[in-house]
Amino acid sequence: MALIRRAGRSLSMLKRSSLFHGKQKKQRQQPIVSPSLPNLTPHLPSSLIRLQINTTYSAIPRGISSCSFRSSYIPNRLLTSEAQPKLPDEGIDDTQFLDFPGVKNTAFTCDLKFVSEKSEEVPCYRVLSELGEPVDGAKLPQMADALALRIYENMITLQVMDYLFYEAQRQGRFSFYMTCSGEEAAIVASAAALSNEDVIFAQYREQGALMWRGFDLQEFAHQCYSNSADYGKGRQMPIHYGSKKHNFVTISSPIATQLSHAVGAAYSLKMDRKDACAVTYFGDGATSEGDFHAAMNFAAVMEAPVLFICRNNGWAISTPITDQYRSDGVATKSRAYGMRSICVDGNDALAVYSAVKSARSMAISESRPILIEVLTYRVSHHSTSDDSTKYRSGEELSHWKVMRDPVVRFRRWLEGNGWWNRQKDTELQSHSRKKIIAAMMNAESMKKPPLSDLFTDVYDSIPTNLKEQESYVREAVAKNPNLYPSDVPL
Amino acid sequence: MWATSARRAIAGQSSVTSWLTQLRNSMIKSGEKVRSFSSGSNQLTVRDALNSALDEEMSADSRVFVIGEEVGEYQGAYKVTKGLLQKFGPDRVLDTPITEAGFTGLGVGAAFYGLKPVVEFMTFNFAMQAIDHIINSAAKTYYMSGGQISVPIVFRGPNGAAAGVAAQHSQCFAAWYGSCPGLKVISPYSSEDYRGLLKAAIRDPDPVVFLENELMYGETFPVSDEVLDSNFTLPIGKAKIEREGKDVTITAFSKMVGYALKAADELAKDGISAEVINLRSIRPLDRATINASVRKTYRLVTVEEGWPQHGVGAEISASVVEESFEYLDAPIDRITGADVPMPYAANLERLALPQVEDIVRAAKRACYRQVPQSAAA
Repeated sequence: MALIRRAGRSLSMLKRSSLFHGKQKKQRQQPIVSPSLPNLTPHLPSSLIRLQINTTYSAIPRGISSCSFRSSYIPNRLLTSEAQPKLPDEGIDDTQFLDFPGVKNTAFTCDLKFVSEKSEEVPCYRVLSELGEPVDGAKLPQMADALALRIYENMITLQVMDYLFYEAQRQGRFSFYMTCSGEEAAIVASAAALSNEDVIFAQYREQGALMWRGFDLQEFAHQCYSNSADYGKGRQMPIHYGSKKHNFVTISSPIATQLSHAVGAAYSLKMDRKDACAVTYFGDGATSEGDFHAAMNFAAVMEAPVLFICRNNGWAISTPITDQYRSDGVATKSRAYGMRSICVDGNDALAVYSAVKSARSMAISESRPILIEVLTYRVSHHSTSDDSTKYRSGEELSHWKVMRDPVVRFRRWLEGNGWWNRQKDTELQSHSRKKIIAAMMNAESMKKPPLSDLFTDVYDSIPTNLKEQESYVREAVAKNPNLYPSDVPL
Repeated sequence: MWATSARRAIAGQSSVTSWLTQLRNSMIKSGEKVRSFSSGSNQLTVRDALNSALDEEMSADSRVFVIGEEVGEYQGAYKVTKGLLQKFGPDRVLDTPITEAGFTGLGVGAAFYGLKPVVEFMTFNFAMQAIDHIINSAAKTYYMSGGQISVPIVFRGPNGAAAGVAAQHSQCFAAWYGSCPGLKVISPYSSEDYRGLLKAAIRDPDPVVFLENELMYGETFPVSDEVLDSNFTLPIGKAKIEREGKDVTITAFSKMVGYALKAADELAKDGISAEVINLRSIRPLDRATINASVRKTYRLVTVEEGWPQHGVGAEISASVVEESFEYLDAPIDRITGADVPMPYAANLERLALPQVEDIVRAAKRACYRQVPQSAAA
């Protein structure tokens, strides 16, 4: 009731007042204010002049006056320093419009109330039960048997490769490895929902995504053995894969740096109007890094088509999520940045596929970033340098390993559809094992990278100081060949 | 100078020496040509040199874009990017939220993908919040990816001391970035340097750290017509002999080149002919030019604003000792900023930075003249 009366009063004041001085009547300029703002100053003197805004890029100041840069600045400030006319009897009530620049949609309150630290519950999306059966009411994504079987075969090959490479590290064949046990569905099914044009910026546990793209077992072995066929020319630790032709950016060790790189690539894709997005994978621990917050905020501000896929597996080496963050999960964080998100059961391959596919098309068509929290469990140790039995219970580990295997869950769904059986499974396992061992033997027998690879690619063209250093080394080798390691070709 | 003729006799002629002599002679010849760039009738401020270089490179290559805080609407914190937003639009000139880590990482990611970002830091002191991206993401990626991913990015902004901005706005980062393989590090002095080297940096396929100086933005230098040509670039990694001399070599970069030139004028009154080398490039460091000059003058004074330990002067000193030890007639003197965080008070700030008198005294010491060791109060 009070509002209607107030509006009526403002309107009549406007009608009565002449807003423009005599000589400027010709330039009958309407006050330009943002459509969401009402007339803010019905109570100010009618001799106030409102001038049109000229520049297109400048921020439109809200409030009393907006000035044209060309016209002289009428002393509005003098006017505002006059005593205001007496305000209407109703006084200022709670529904008075809030016009601070920092916030868009909110209202005043006179209740001293704090916003709770507990966020609204974010439901976790899944479509298959633990037994691999469609959940009541679930709408399964369209997935032909060929695609489903390809996903499954990738997951099995990935498991076998992880197992054998882990053993190889234990035998001293290479120095380091990280498996992704327990997270196969999260990684492979999400990669399956992308197109080959989408650029992937991974953290370190996503070899499944690279395998999906077509990086073959031999290429994986070459990288881990750091031999002359390694695309990284022997410069990176094992598992730091990278392949330009597969649109998979070389793994970088510092955590979460890949997030802002992905936003940069997404920005380029957006400018090029490509039907592709950038995708970045990271763990729950990475959400503590400064780069996470910078990248999330930036992606939202720039409206960049990027998918932030967080593998929330509960552990960051030995740090459980209770010591990592206090929010309830990761998906809830996106709201603070003005970004859309979803929480998915990462051990349900179908749900992961469905969510990522949907997010991808939203990201590209609406040019927006999306955060996808994929809940899973890290069955593996953090890496070959870690023994997780030191910080978690055997029961917890064996529960997730045995009872909650995502690959088995998907296999049950395949078997339920009649697309798979035990015999095929045994054959696949044995076939993968043979291929991987052959790849490893081949990689082991290859020569190591040559000496020249020590000095190239520091810059686009090799600088004189490095040429000199290389020639010193070669001279020294020529003089003392017996001191030079035999497995390093020149 | 009885020592010099004896030393020449002892040193003899080695193939390296004769190569260096040839190099020196060709440097003198090219130095004459190079010096002509700075003797034209056009006057150009450093700010305009940068602005015109950015403008031309952005017009020539649509992959080049500028990103940083206040670069667009505000026309640049120091007005270096003035007019660029109006000319190229918000797609090419990006104003960012306050996150150095964010926009540097974003720039590096865009460079991975094929664009050519020019990332502006309000000062390189703030770039420390993004230094992981500069070193780990930009400098090392071409090498670590086996040559698959190149990073054609330029990081630019004011470096070193300004006036009355105290410790967190006054650090010189030349030595830190200069030690990192994979980066190219440039520190120009005159408008010709700024223009030619920024254009070269933007065209370079490697990541470049371009260290400017806030107090030089308003300085005017004469430039020739060639400098104003849109294809004018200077080679990265070559120093310039700003002033020929025969008694002592003074190396400097950025603002200190001006101080060294003034010191050379002072020294000339006392009959000491100083050769002033404008390094232009911290990495790669033009060791050949420096050594050739020392082999001519037998004395060296290095000048920098930054801290003494592990500084640029330390590297130059080591290089000269490694390559031209037998030519030295006096110990190498490093003139550097004081080993303290920069104070604010004007009198203390003056004491914490090299002044012309310090350079003059060091050069005289190198020439065996009697001088007081410490700074006058």
